Amino acid sequence: MFDESTLDANAVAGELEVLFAVEMTAVVGKCAHCGNEAAVGTLRAYVNAPGVVLRCSICGEVVIAWAWTPTGGRVDRSGASWLGQPSGAAPSAAAPSEA
Amino acid sequence: MPPEPLVWQIATVSAIRGETERASSFTLSLPAWRPHRAGQHYDVRLTAADGYQAQRSYSIASPPAHTGVVDLTIERIPDGEVSPYFHDVLEVGDLVEVRGPIGGYFVWEPALGGPLLLVAGGSGVVPLMAMIRQRAAAGDTTPTTLLYSARDVDDLIYRDELDALAGDGLRVLPTLTRAHPPGWTGYARRVDEPMLAEVLAALGPDPLVYACGPTLLVETVAAGLVNLGVPPDRVRTERFGPSN
Ligand SMILES: Cc1cc2nc3c(=O)[nH]c(=O)nc-3n(C[C@H](O)[C@H](O)[C@H](O)COP(=O)(O)OP(=O)(O)OC[C@H]3O[C@@H](n4cnc5c(N)ncnc54)[C@H](O)[C@@H]3O)c2cc1C
Ligand SMILES: [Zn+2]
Repeated sequence: MFDESTLDANAVAGELEVLFAVEMTAVVGKCAHCGNEAAVGTLRAYVNAPGVVLRCSICGEVVIAWAWTPTGGRVDRSGASWLGQPSGAAPSAAAPSEA
Repeated sequence: MPPEPLVWQIATVSAIRGETERASSFTLSLPAWRPHRAGQHYDVRLTAADGYQAQRSYSIASPPAHTGVVDLTIERIPDGEVSPYFHDVLEVGDLVEVRGPIGGYFVWEPALGGPLLLVAGGSGVVPLMAMIRQRAAAGDTTPTTLLYSARDVDDLIYRDELDALAGDGLRVLPTLTRAHPPGWTGYARRVDEPMLAEVLAALGPDPLVYACGPTLLVETVAAGLVNLGVPPDRVRTERFGPSN
């Protein structure tokens, strides 16, 4: 499922911040495929396709993907049931799955 | 308070320092410097005359207290597209396009506490060094262990500074994977689960772990820690990609 060229979402955090206009890796999301709730920073990044694909670290399915078009970025986040704010004041979303 | 948009800016190389035979630190002066957090990175973009662009990420090595500048420590990858440009072409006074600081997940500050286990492979030590430097600058005493895998002693980036900072709750444990000097008493193999178990036992319960470096090393560490019972939400990883 994951290989040597796998990166973390952090490697594309700059693109994510441009697409969403906020720092996204500390944002918590829920995988629509397996239900795992974790910070976007835990997703595995694949950057060798024409676009970027972020996969769930638990089930390997695509959670967020995007491609750049001449007019800007187009994001598919249908693999996320929801994307929320980082938990609490700790800006780095310590323990994102803890209530 | 809307966040400031992340934009490209033109930095000036204001200093270059050799760290090891293969790694150098580049101090960049930024016209639109913003405070950063230890563990964050900058994106660097090179544009050729024909418009072709290559973009890479480089972690910030300097602690947040250094205003107006950031230090990037870059290892020269032979055959690489971007890192040899830094080493072979860039000189003090040259310009380079960057954006940052970037990231909010792979970051540490003293308020997050510990005990802290930092695991680095090669240039993966760079963002962890920013954490160690911030810890020292803040007079923080969070129990911290840096387990640092490198080929040989001369490949250990920041070696003298780490020697000087060790103590005050900071342990530095190099592991040398290719060669070690006569009389070497430290680890001399790739990071594995028994090594992690030993290091964790000495560090104490409920560690917060940051692992950074080549993807294979980070995979080994992440899997080993799960087997050792460290909850996944206490482990943050930053994979740099393949290594040869
Ligand atoms: C978030 C993040 C932070 C990073 N921070 C740093 C940092 O602080 N310092 C730093 O030096 N690098 C860092 N990197 C790695 C850096 O972004 C580049 O991947 C690296 O410099 C190689 O780029 P290149 O253009 O020179 O080589 P490329 O043209 O990308 O690669 C050339 C060849 O070298 C291989 N290769 C790529 N990386 C390595 C490697 N590390 N070791 C051996 N072989 C390799 C590739 O598989 C390829 O075959 C970071 C990466 C990420 C994702
Ligand atoms: Zn999933």
